Amino acid sequence: MLPPAALLLADTRLPAGGHAHSQGLEAAAAAGEVHDLPSLRAYTLGRLWTTGLTTAAMAAATLRACSAEGGADWAGLDAEAGARIASPVLRDVSRRLGRQLLRAATAAWPDPVLDGLAAALPGGAHHPVALGAAGAAAGLDDHAVAVCAGYLSVTEATGAAVRLLGLDPYGVARLVAGLLDEVEAAADEAAAPRALADLPCPSSPRLDAGAQDHATWEVRLFAS
Amino acid sequence: MIATAPAPPRAGTSRLRAEVRIVAEADGRGGTRFAVLRGAAPVSLRPTPDGLHLVASAAGPLGGDVVAIDVRVGADAALTVRTAAASLALPGRDGAPSAVTVTAEVGPGGSLRWLPEPLVAVAGCRHTASATVRLADGATLVWRDEVMLGRHGEPPGDVVTRLAVDVAGRPLTRHELRAGPSAPGWDGPGALGPCRAAGSLLVAGPGHRAGEPAVLSPTAATLPLDGPATLTTATAPDAPTLRRLLDTAHRPPR
Amino acid sequence: MHRDAEHPTPLGRNPGPVRVGIGGPVGSGKTALVAALCRTLGAEIPLGVVTNDIYTTEDADFLHRQAILPPARIRAVATGCCPHTAIRDDIAANLDAVEELVRAEPSIQLVLVESGGDNLTATFSRALADLQIFVIDVAGGDKVPRKGGPGVTSSDLLVINKTDLAPLVGADLGVMDRDARARRGDRPTLFTSLRDDPGATAVADWLRARLPAVAVGS
Repeated sequence: MLPPAALLLADTRLPAGGHAHSQGLEAAAAAGEVHDLPSLRAYTLGRLWTTGLTTAAMAAATLRACSAEGGADWAGLDAEAGARIASPVLRDVSRRLGRQLLRAATAAWPDPVLDGLAAALPGGAHHPVALGAAGAAAGLDDHAVAVCAGYLSVTEATGAAVRLLGLDPYGVARLVAGLLDEVEAAADEAAAPRALADLPCPSSPRLDAGAQDHATWEVRLFAS
Repeated sequence: MIATAPAPPRAGTSRLRAEVRIVAEADGRGGTRFAVLRGAAPVSLRPTPDGLHLVASAAGPLGGDVVAIDVRVGADAALTVRTAAASLALPGRDGAPSAVTVTAEVGPGGSLRWLPEPLVAVAGCRHTASATVRLADGATLVWRDEVMLGRHGEPPGDVVTRLAVDVAGRPLTRHELRAGPSAPGWDGPGALGPCRAAGSLLVAGPGHRAGEPAVLSPTAATLPLDGPATLTTATAPDAPTLRRLLDTAHRPPR
Repeated sequence: MHRDAEHPTPLGRNPGPVRVGIGGPVGSGKTALVAALCRTLGAEIPLGVVTNDIYTTEDADFLHRQAILPPARIRAVATGCCPHTAIRDDIAANLDAVEELVRAEPSIQLVLVESGGDNLTATFSRALADLQIFVIDVAGGDKVPRKGGPGVTSSDLLVINKTDLAPLVGADLGVMDRDARARRGDRPTLFTSLRDDPGATAVADWLRARLPAVAVGS
C-alpha cells in the first residue's frame, strides 16, 4: 500500500516549484507534436519511460542510501544524477527544482536526513536526489518514492497541457487514470535494487534537444 | 541503405558465448602495439592501418548470444576500433535475449576511439549493447552508438544501448536509448519519435573543448556535460542523416 | 523595526531583505512603478528586483534597458501560465530568486517582487511579500475599487495610477477615492501619475517610512 505521505509528496500543490515547468510539453506543443489527448498520451508515456524512469530509479536509490550506515554519500549520488542529464539546460532545471523541493520537504518533514543533504550540497541537489531524500524524510520506501516520481512525471506534463492547450480536463483525468498501471510498472523497474552505475537511465533525444531550444525562445510561458 | 556484409549462415539453435580481449600498449616509440589480441567466434580481430576491425565471422548477434569484449588501452597508447559492416541483432528461435557487453579502461594519455558501423535492430530481436568505460585522468574517448530501428519497412525488435563512462572514478555520463515493443512510447514525441535511426557520439578528454550547446535539428543536439566532454544525441529518418548529424558535432580523425 | 499598530505588517517576519510585492492587472503600470521606485530609492537603499513575467522576460528586459540597476540586481522567473500561482500558491521560484539576489549582492536590503499582470484576486503569499502594493489605473474604469477583490481590499497600499488619463477616459477620481476608502478602511490609497511624477515620490515616501530603520540610509 502507498502510505498517505506519498499523496503529499506527489501533490503538484506541494510548493516545490514544479508548476512553472512543463516537462518539455511547451516545446513539444509548439512543434505541433502534442495537440490533442492521443498525442498527449503518447508524449507522456514516452516521457514516463525515459526521463521519468531515470528520475524514479535515482530517487529510489537515494532513498535506500539514506538508511546506509554512515549516511548517504550525497556528492556521489548527486554526481550520478547529473551524469544522467545530458542537457545543460535540464541539469540547471534539475538543480533548481531539487533546491526548491528540499525547501518544501524540510518544512513538511523536518529530518536530519534533509539537513545532512543541505549541508553536504549547499548549492542544492539534483531533483531526483532531493526527491529520494524527501521520500526518506516522509517515511516512504523506495517503491513508493518511485511511484511519486513517475506520477509527477505524468501529472506535471498533463497539468501543463491543460493550461497551455486548453484540453478537456475530464479527458486528461481519464488519460492520467489510464497511465497509472504504467506508473506502477515503471516504479517496479526503478525500485529494483542495483548498483548506482547500473540503474536504468533511458533518455529522450527529443526532450534534450527540445529543452535546449526552448531555453532560447524569446516568448515562453514555462521555465522549461 | 546500410551495406551489410554477407556473413556465413548459422544453425538457428547454436548459442555463442564469446570473450574477446584486446590490450593495446604504447610501444615506447610513439606508437601502439597489441599486447593481447584474442578474438572469439563470432568476432575475429583484424588490425588495419585504419584501426582495429571487429569482423563478424557469423551472422548476429542472434538471440541467446552473449559476447563480452574487454578492452585495455594503456598509458599514452591509441586505439581505434571499427567494424567492417553493420551488425544485425536477430531474434533467436526461443526468444532468448542477446547481449554485447564492452568493458574498457583507458590509461593516462591514452585514447580510445570506438567507431563501429550501425547496429540494426531486426524485428523480433531482444538485444542489449552495453558499454562501461573507465577513463584515467587525461585519457581521451570517442564513442559512437548508432542503431537502425528495424530493416527497411519493418518495426524494430527490442533494443537497448547503454554507455556508462567514469573519469578518474567520477561518473561522466550514463546514457541509455531504448526502442521496440517493450519500451512504451518509444516512437512517440516524448522519446525517440517516428524515426528510423537513433544514436549518440561522446567525445571526452583533456584536449576537448566542450564549447556551447548546439541544437542541430529538432531531434539532435550537442550537449556539454559536466566535465571536458560533449554528448551529441540524435534521431534521424535514415542512417546517413544520423551519421551526418553526429559528424557535425565532431568529425573523428581517421 | 517598524510596526504599524493599527495594521501590523509582517515586516521582518521573513528572514533576509524586506520583500515588497507589487501586483495588479495587466497594463496598470507595475513595471513603470518598479522602475520609478528603483530610481528614487536605489541611491539610498541597496535593492534588487524579481520580475514574474507571463510570456517573456520583457519586464526584466525593460528594467535592464533603463539601466537603473546593475543586471545582477534583476532576476526574472517564469510562471507557467499561472502568474498568481507563482506569487501565492507555490512561491518556490520567487524565494529562489530572492536568495540568488542576496547571494550575488549580500548588501541588498530591499527586494521589489513584481507580479505578472493578473486579475483582481491575485495577491502575494505572506511568506513571499512582507508588504504588498496593488496597482490599478484609472483607465481600467472607475468601478474597480468598488468591485473590491483581495488586491484592492487587503493590500498594504493601493496605488491608483495614470491619474493624468482620468479626464480622457471619463474616470471620476472622487468616486474611486470614496470606494477605495469604503473597501479598505484605514489602509492607505495613493493616486499617482508617473508621467507627472516619474519618481513616484508619494509611493517611495510611504515605502521608506515602513522599512526598518536599519535599512534606510545605512
